[in-house]
Amino acid sequence: MNPDRIVRYTFRERLMHWTAGLSYVYLLLTGLAFWSPWLFWIATVLGGATISRALHPWVGVIFTLAVLWMFRVWAGQMGTTDRDREWWRSLKHYIRNEDDQVPPAGRFNAGQKLLFWGFLGCGIVLFLTGLILWRPNWIPWSLDFLRLIAVIVHPIAALLTIALFMIHVYMGTAVEPGAFGSMLRGDVSRKWAARYHRAWYEQVEEVGPEDRARE
Amino acid sequence: MSQAHLEIVRISGHAGPVPGAGLKRELGVAKLIDTTTCIGCKACEVACLEWNGLSFSDTTFQNSYQTMPETTWSFWNLIKFNEYEPEDGGLMLLMRKDQCMHCEEPGCLIACPAEGAIVQYANGIVDFQQDHCIGCGYCLAGCPFNIPKFSPTSHKVFKCTLCADRVNEGLEPACIKACPTGCLEFGTKDDMLVKAAARAQQLREHSGFANAGVYDPAGVGGTHVIYVLHDATNPEAYGGLPKDPRVPWTVRLWKGPLKWLGNLAMAGGLIGLFVHYLRFGPKSVEEDREVPRHGEQP
Repeated sequence: MNPDRIVRYTFRERLMHWTAGLSYVYLLLTGLAFWSPWLFWIATVLGGATISRALHPWVGVIFTLAVLWMFRVWAGQMGTTDRDREWWRSLKHYIRNEDDQVPPAGRFNAGQKLLFWGFLGCGIVLFLTGLILWRPNWIPWSLDFLRLIAVIVHPIAALLTIALFMIHVYMGTAVEPGAFGSMLRGDVSRKWAARYHRAWYEQVEEVGPEDRARE
Repeated sequence: MSQAHLEIVRISGHAGPVPGAGLKRELGVAKLIDTTTCIGCKACEVACLEWNGLSFSDTTFQNSYQTMPETTWSFWNLIKFNEYEPEDGGLMLLMRKDQCMHCEEPGCLIACPAEGAIVQYANGIVDFQQDHCIGCGYCLAGCPFNIPKFSPTSHKVFKCTLCADRVNEGLEPACIKACPTGCLEFGTKDDMLVKAAARAQQLREHSGFANAGVYDPAGVGGTHVIYVLHDATNPEAYGGLPKDPRVPWTVRLWKGPLKWLGNLAMAGGLIGLFVHYLRFGPKSVEEDREVPRHGEQP
């Protein structure tokens, strides 16, 4: 490997990310089609609303499994540290690209940690409410209140993930050039690592990139 | 069932105004069900199955005359029996013909995301169009009367059509046609309300039912099926007829404020991110990834 580059995401992490990511995009598009009559055409483009409705729950299961997989692999790295709390306090500078006034980030910065926990929490809520809505005949009239809760909680949780998702995609593609490629190919330049995740970079440098790659 | 020449006033999952709505004026229709003269013969149950081409379902015995616990996707008209003991003693065998109420504010249609799967005609009939149904079951959440039923085989939802096909041809619904006691009547909503009110008055003044009244619940804008009840203060006794049915508040919140708030937030978010990029741009420029610049040796 090019000595200028270091491994950021292992194959397992990338596969996991894209299982969640691609299934989420399908869920988002079909979900938006059922959300508003003005977006119903999306379901038509994706093969028809009946097929979209039939597949949406199954893809939801894939998404849920991917999110749980992420939890197993990443939860240990997503704990909030004092540096994260400081990061949130300097959010204004982060937004204004004044990164010299933002505390150096570890492997994941505080925003990424919020994304992780947000998607985990909303993912579980979406799965449970989705289960209620999956087959209408599973819920008898005596348990109708479950359906009534689900129809309001499912879209609220989905809207929250949409907020996280929009910021995530924007950051990963437009704001931090190199981030998108790192999730596809797995490596970043040393310059990139030092620029965006200095604390992580220093840690990696200490143990050596070869050791890191083997993990 | 599609009724192309009935005037449509409301379409589920439809963006923008309803084409042609208000072109013709039509009188609202209504079924009048007098529970005080129903004898529970179930002729209406059979007529409904016959006219709509549904095969008879297995009955379930539950120490009652009732055919089955609730309507099903292929059984749209059910007489609900209840042995009721009024507070002043005695025993009443209450019978109520249960079917779609054809609400003026139909919760099923409000909740439905599939374009044209549920329509409301100018005469008040709310009709499911199974060829547009996507089987999501949101109509079940919207209905306060437990009427739409999901078919596990076809994954479509079915219910009483108020015989829209017959009404369209100037005939009364099949259940009305079959009633031997005249406890079922069909006509314009206005006429049926007058008749129902007169019958309720008769029950109050001459039959000793002080609480007799008409069931035409205002919470769903009135219904195109109305009942005369011996005791209008206790509709629950009639096989669980809700006292104050409404489109559930979670459905109204979801299809009302949440939709606008969500759309605003999503559009605002997209615009916000774009403006952020214009104002602040990327945090760094793309690095050259082992690509030789012009004139450089690799």
